[in-house]
Amino acid sequence: MNLEPLFKPQTLAVIGVSLSNDRHPANVVYYKNHFRHQAKVFSVNERGGLLQGEKVYPNILDIPQKIDLAVIATRAEMVPGIMSDCIQAEAGGAVIISGGFAERGRMDLQERVATIASEADFPFIGPNCLGTYSFPYVDTFFIPAERIVRPEKGRVALVSQSGGILVDHMIKLAEEGVGLSKAVSIGNKALIGEMELLHYFTDDPETGVIVFYVEGFKKGEGRSFVLAASQCPKAVIVLKSGKTPDGTRAVSSHTASIAGDYEVFSSILSQYGVVEAKDEFELIAFAEALSCYQKPIEGRIGIITGSGGHGALAVDACLSHGLSVPLLSEQDQSEIREKISPRIQAIASLSNPIDLTGSVVDDDFVSAAKILSTKQEVDCVLILLLPYTPGITSDLGARLSQIYRQDGKPLIAYVPHVEKYRMFIEGFQLNQVPVAHSIEEAIHMAVALRRRQPC
Amino acid sequence: MLMREIRDIISSSKATGWVLEPEAKRLFSFLGLDVPRFVWAKKVEEAIQFAEKIGYPVVGKVVSPKLVHKSDKNGVEIGIANDEKLKETFRRFSQIDGFAGMLVEEMISGIELIIGAKVDDQFGPVVLLGIGGTGVEIYKDVTLKMAPLALKDAESLIRCLKAHSLLEGYRGSKPVNLREINRLLMTFSELVMDLESLIESIDLNPVICSPTRCVVADARIMLRQ
Repeated sequence: MNLEPLFKPQTLAVIGVSLSNDRHPANVVYYKNHFRHQAKVFSVNERGGLLQGEKVYPNILDIPQKIDLAVIATRAEMVPGIMSDCIQAEAGGAVIISGGFAERGRMDLQERVATIASEADFPFIGPNCLGTYSFPYVDTFFIPAERIVRPEKGRVALVSQSGGILVDHMIKLAEEGVGLSKAVSIGNKALIGEMELLHYFTDDPETGVIVFYVEGFKKGEGRSFVLAASQCPKAVIVLKSGKTPDGTRAVSSHTASIAGDYEVFSSILSQYGVVEAKDEFELIAFAEALSCYQKPIEGRIGIITGSGGHGALAVDACLSHGLSVPLLSEQDQSEIREKISPRIQAIASLSNPIDLTGSVVDDDFVSAAKILSTKQEVDCVLILLLPYTPGITSDLGARLSQIYRQDGKPLIAYVPHVEKYRMFIEGFQLNQVPVAHSIEEAIHMAVALRRRQPC
Repeated sequence: MLMREIRDIISSSKATGWVLEPEAKRLFSFLGLDVPRFVWAKKVEEAIQFAEKIGYPVVGKVVSPKLVHKSDKNGVEIGIANDEKLKETFRRFSQIDGFAGMLVEEMISGIELIIGAKVDDQFGPVVLLGIGGTGVEIYKDVTLKMAPLALKDAESLIRCLKAHSLLEGYRGSKPVNLREINRLLMTFSELVMDLESLIESIDLNPVICSPTRCVVADARIMLRQ
């Protein structure tokens, strides 16, 4: 099944626009694509007529051009017929926004639509969903353009069963400066679900990290999903809701009572190196870290800072997350001491965490990071940067990112996220180094790289 | 491939809905796993004869198709030291609903583990390892993997237990036989894959591990209804 028309349509038909209510979801979708996206868009309403001076077609079959993607926003009962029209018109695929299917007890109607589509090998997303967001090609979310916060174009693909969670995470990605490749809300996932999208994004050259918000898998689907995800060369992150047990399970055996749904889910994800995000904070941090680095680490952290307190808090956070902070040998410490500025040689503490003190300058950070990156003892370097340190400049991010490119050891930075320090933050981010807004988040980013390692 | 003996045990247990302990143990010994020496005594004389043969103390357990959780009805007696106590226990068990005899077996000592499996709706067969045997719900120290296990999965099940150092030799105590645990886990995982369509869950609880042996001291196989 070819999913390309769902994400890169050149022509779009919005079926079910209202001629009397301009706030109808279909109208919202029509306008935003008409004004802001590349796909050429047509509107459909069985009564025909004009919408703001543009022709409205009575049926998709009347549109003179071949349609790549049909967005269906009519009453549920009309969807099977419209679906058949789309197939007859040789459209490339559809997004069914309409609700009123399985979620309202109309499993029969949903199955009818799914059967019509699968017999014709016709891909569709939904029903009961927002559909696809794939800038600059298409956006089927029935949310007015001015209400959406759009992340920059980037490498993270988001797949969510819930539309609300999806939009929320787009906002958070934008806030953290993490780029998005595509987003898709799958709703009732009558035909296309996590599995199909996992395969699509595995092959999608724009995507480097695939993030799923999952409420539950169908029977046996969890197994095929983790097996496929473990074969995917890209990082796969999963956030699951419904972690707490329902308490109605019969306790016929110890195993059945201890191995609840969530425990099983979580253990199996880590068995296969599929990254579980336990909450939304982890999710955003993980997406940022894994869009910069793909290789897993074991979690031996080297810490470089200009403040002893930051170093100490970072060590606490590392240990509480099961990461280690190995001490450096005397020999390694003197190697670093020789390379840093003479005026901090006597006052810096170099055992790991490396505290270069408030008198640190850019060169000291660079020298320490260079040496640390060559040491077997550590497999990831944290830079805790305080932009108010007088000797530091915003060039540091770009210079440090070079070290990663030479030695391949992932670098994670912490910089306080306030507008004033944006140049420091971008110095890292624009050079593909993830930047956390707190020490704790920096540790989360390291945890993400470790969870890539099958356990 | 399932041995015919194993298929027979499973199919003859269908009516009960689960496999009685002596039958489950017979099944595991067919697979080459270590189970305590035992006899399923229908009469008290058989029990005494067996206990005298292997030597006291012994463990006594009630066998009843109506009793899934033996300990709920005091259906397990550990450390039976003589004929007197054995007779008394036999008499007590015979009052329990559905009494179908008494299991008499050798006492095994060591660290108690649980090894379990269930067929999960979303992920299929999974295998669990936990510390504490019957006390597992108190310690809550368990690890889980999707079956079939690769050897590295079995090793990681053990390594990822919080109390793994207890097994690997703690404060001068000898490590338990890790190779035997691995062998048990691998054999168990294969069995679970073969039985996927027939079972709901299996508990080997406790599995008792010492520096030499790794013994399935109790086993319960819940069949799919």
